[in-house]
Amino acid sequence: MTVAATAKTGARPSWAGRRPPAPAWVGTVPFLAYVAIFLLWPTGIVAVDALKNPSGAWAFSNISELGNSQIRDFFIGSFKLCLLSSVTGAVLGAILAYVVASGDPDGLIRRLYLSVSGVLAQFGGVTLAFAFLVTIGPVGLLFHASWYFDFPWGIGLIYTYFQIPLMVLVFLPAIDGLKVQWREASESLGSSSWQYWRYVGGPLLAPAFLGGTLLLFANALSAFATIQAWENQIAYIVPQQISTAMSSEVGLSSVNVASLLALGLVIMVAIVMAAYVLLQRRAARWLR
Amino acid sequence: MAALTSVGETPLAAPAQRPRGMQAGRRRRLNAFRYVVFTLFGAFFLIPLLAMLRFSLEGAKLGTWSLSAWRQIASYQGSGIPPLLSSIEITLELAVITCGVMLVLLVPTMIWVQLRVRWLARTIEVLCLLPLTIPAIVLVVGLGEIYNRIQRFSLSALMLFFIYVILALPYAYRALAAGLGGIDVKTLSEAARSLGASWFTVIVRVIAPNMRQGILNAVLLTFSLVLGEFTIAYLLLYTNLQVELYSISRNTPNAGVLFSTSFAALLFAFALLMILSYAGRARRGRR
Amino acid sequence: MRVLAVTSSPVTKARDRAARSAVEVRLEGLSRHYGSVVALDKLDLTLEPGQLIALLGPSGCGKTTTLRLLAGLEDADAGRVIVGGRDITHVSASKRDMGMVFQAYSLFPHMTVRQNVAFGLRLRRVSAAERDQRAIEMLELVGLAEHATRYPHQLSGGQQQRVALARALAIEPQVLLLDEPLSALDAKVRAQLRDEIRRIQLEVGITTLFVTHDQEEALAIADRVGVMRAGHLEQLAPPTEVYSRPATSFVAEFVGLSNRLAGEVKDGTVIVRGCTLPLVERDTPNGQVVALVRPEAVTLASQGAAEPAGPLAGTVIAVTFLGATSRVTVDLGDARILAQLSTADATALSAGSPVALTIRPDPVLVSASSDPAVSEAGDEA
Repeated sequence: MTVAATAKTGARPSWAGRRPPAPAWVGTVPFLAYVAIFLLWPTGIVAVDALKNPSGAWAFSNISELGNSQIRDFFIGSFKLCLLSSVTGAVLGAILAYVVASGDPDGLIRRLYLSVSGVLAQFGGVTLAFAFLVTIGPVGLLFHASWYFDFPWGIGLIYTYFQIPLMVLVFLPAIDGLKVQWREASESLGSSSWQYWRYVGGPLLAPAFLGGTLLLFANALSAFATIQAWENQIAYIVPQQISTAMSSEVGLSSVNVASLLALGLVIMVAIVMAAYVLLQRRAARWLR
Repeated sequence: MAALTSVGETPLAAPAQRPRGMQAGRRRRLNAFRYVVFTLFGAFFLIPLLAMLRFSLEGAKLGTWSLSAWRQIASYQGSGIPPLLSSIEITLELAVITCGVMLVLLVPTMIWVQLRVRWLARTIEVLCLLPLTIPAIVLVVGLGEIYNRIQRFSLSALMLFFIYVILALPYAYRALAAGLGGIDVKTLSEAARSLGASWFTVIVRVIAPNMRQGILNAVLLTFSLVLGEFTIAYLLLYTNLQVELYSISRNTPNAGVLFSTSFAALLFAFALLMILSYAGRARRGRR
Repeated sequence: MRVLAVTSSPVTKARDRAARSAVEVRLEGLSRHYGSVVALDKLDLTLEPGQLIALLGPSGCGKTTTLRLLAGLEDADAGRVIVGGRDITHVSASKRDMGMVFQAYSLFPHMTVRQNVAFGLRLRRVSAAERDQRAIEMLELVGLAEHATRYPHQLSGGQQQRVALARALAIEPQVLLLDEPLSALDAKVRAQLRDEIRRIQLEVGITTLFVTHDQEEALAIADRVGVMRAGHLEQLAPPTEVYSRPATSFVAEFVGLSNRLAGEVKDGTVIVRGCTLPLVERDTPNGQVVALVRPEAVTLASQGAAEPAGPLAGTVIAVTFLGATSRVTVDLGDARILAQLSTADATALSAGSPVALTIRPDPVLVSASSDPAVSEAGDEA
């Protein structure tokens, strides 16, 4: 191949009189610039702003404001809701993923469930809140759940609606990665079903399961639209309070509240995502 | 007609893969379990959707049926001009623009990186997955500052596409990466180049057409994302479909049009997905 | 559950085990089908105690199905499985007390080699100290004791299969089952490991079923070879017999190479290109047939160009060098024939050399041909 050959011999073409072509990475500049402007810059603004006070002076002590009881309550609220929906979503999603995986790989059911999961994982938001409102809300068709407007139970249930499909999407490859030979080898060595799951299947799936749970957790941390449509009078979680802070001047006046909360949120999500990535690597090693 | 047969060669073509059997008892138990699980989950996911559908078909008096909520989609008046329809229009336009920009930005870059700048591959991947870690709610705080300053130009909601592309990056990247991973980019490009193609031709006319499934996937995910986006539009005080639905719900919580519109949006996304999955299957069959 | 005594060396223990526990395995009338595809059709097979039987055949012939039915990983539609006098047809796989080695990927990736080998013992509630000791013994048997703390992904394919073998034997099973254990390995490793497996099998003295599609493997290590096709057992006999006295033309063509030459049967012998050859089946009726002649039964001698042409005179088309032997393709005008010679004998020959053939009078198998008496001089596959 001509191109490869030239590259390998390393012979530098002579550019007598002409400008040498730009290095290859220049081709990625449009993308990098775009991301820098619309992603990195706003994030930078948030980070910087969080450490300043409204007059514009640096105020690193703002960090300690995160421990302030009011602000802390929002983080605790977020944590509760995310924990509830991620654990529930992970367990239920894992069961559903197992059932989908155990079927015909080319079959209709598998394809159907995967398509549905793709849509529903994105479904959240305003529409979902409406749907649940008319299912188990005050004029709900199914019944009226008195706990519908309780935090975190009502909203937690709604969250699981999009958490489960996300878990199916993330966890299914792991289950597919369980080789049938392991099950058969385990059986022929004398294990029961339960022993197989306890000694072989379970440990092998554990990193992927944990990783999935973390991903669900991060996903729930970021959610805003759903809870806002569910109940917007009281702010329970960090995103809601960010929204309040952005649209009003009331609140802790010595601090750029919105930015501070946003920074705290981002740090929380980043930690969870980092753990997720590490676990995924471990899972991939075994279940490739 | 061979005069000889050689060692160990199968006289016939290899038969189709036999299904691997398992013990009958276990299979029965597994099937029963599967039916139960599918039914339960199916119910859980379907019932809210059906409830929404039912409410969208609600008539003036409780218990009656009517298509008025659906007809209202085109004509619902919030305050003067039909805001619902215009918000639908704006959202659809936004979706199309976002998809376009995303493709133009991402596809050439990913192909280029794969071909010529491999050392940046990891960086690109991290950047594309970063929006998962920097949620919209955080972005909007930073963007709020920027948009405040340019607010004087009173831009239409279409300007939102800039950020929507960022939001779509993780999903689009994964879909495109999957599509790219399935083809031998290096060999195709070397073959094309040795035939005299420019890099532009290689990307647009050689590689991209072979990534059709991945591109379709990415487009679909981006489209769904824009259809369902609320947070950024709401906090930056723009009106898109979800924001409009939200404000209608604040005024008239049980307006039928809320449900009909939501259901329609959902059906639309679902239809796109079905098309995608069939397009994918047709391709496989042809090969 | 048998008590596992942890004394004495592996070798003496193995001999003791061989003396006391080799079992007979009988498969009677086994049938299995998947939908409309018949995988096994009333198969009858008996493995004598301590024997290694290799099931050989092309993909889809039913050999793997047989193994899996014996292992209990699938249910038979009809028939019985009897091991050591006990009917275990309806016993679940986990209670059948068999050791199985799969083609690939069967080691548990999250356990070390030692933990893998000890797994079966752990299920049987053997104490940790005993399990580890026994695992090390087994690893010594397969020659991998120093890798006990490694993980499967750190081992080569051949080493992984040896660990799999150790794991299967650790539980002291009644029967050893091997499902194409060498197919995923490199050629050199394959040859080494196959001899190892046979050595260990003889040492331990365990009744063994070995499935493969590689006829060289089957011939090299089996006490008896069972050639299968389309769910039937075509022949079950010691390797030399399968090779030199194939029962059907399928066996003759699947095992080793065969020349198909036109011939005529007359009174208990067959005349092929002027040579009279004995028949495997003496009472074949007279008539035109296709005779299956092994390449190594054909010898060549160079001849001068002036020699008269005859049914045994031809021209060399190609010489294929295979190392110790060479294969020579000869054009006889109306047919092509393949001869296998030692390379020393073949050095004088090259494309275009005129040669004279002789066919050694080994018993040949014939089949009635539906083709005309002359086989086509077309290209080989």
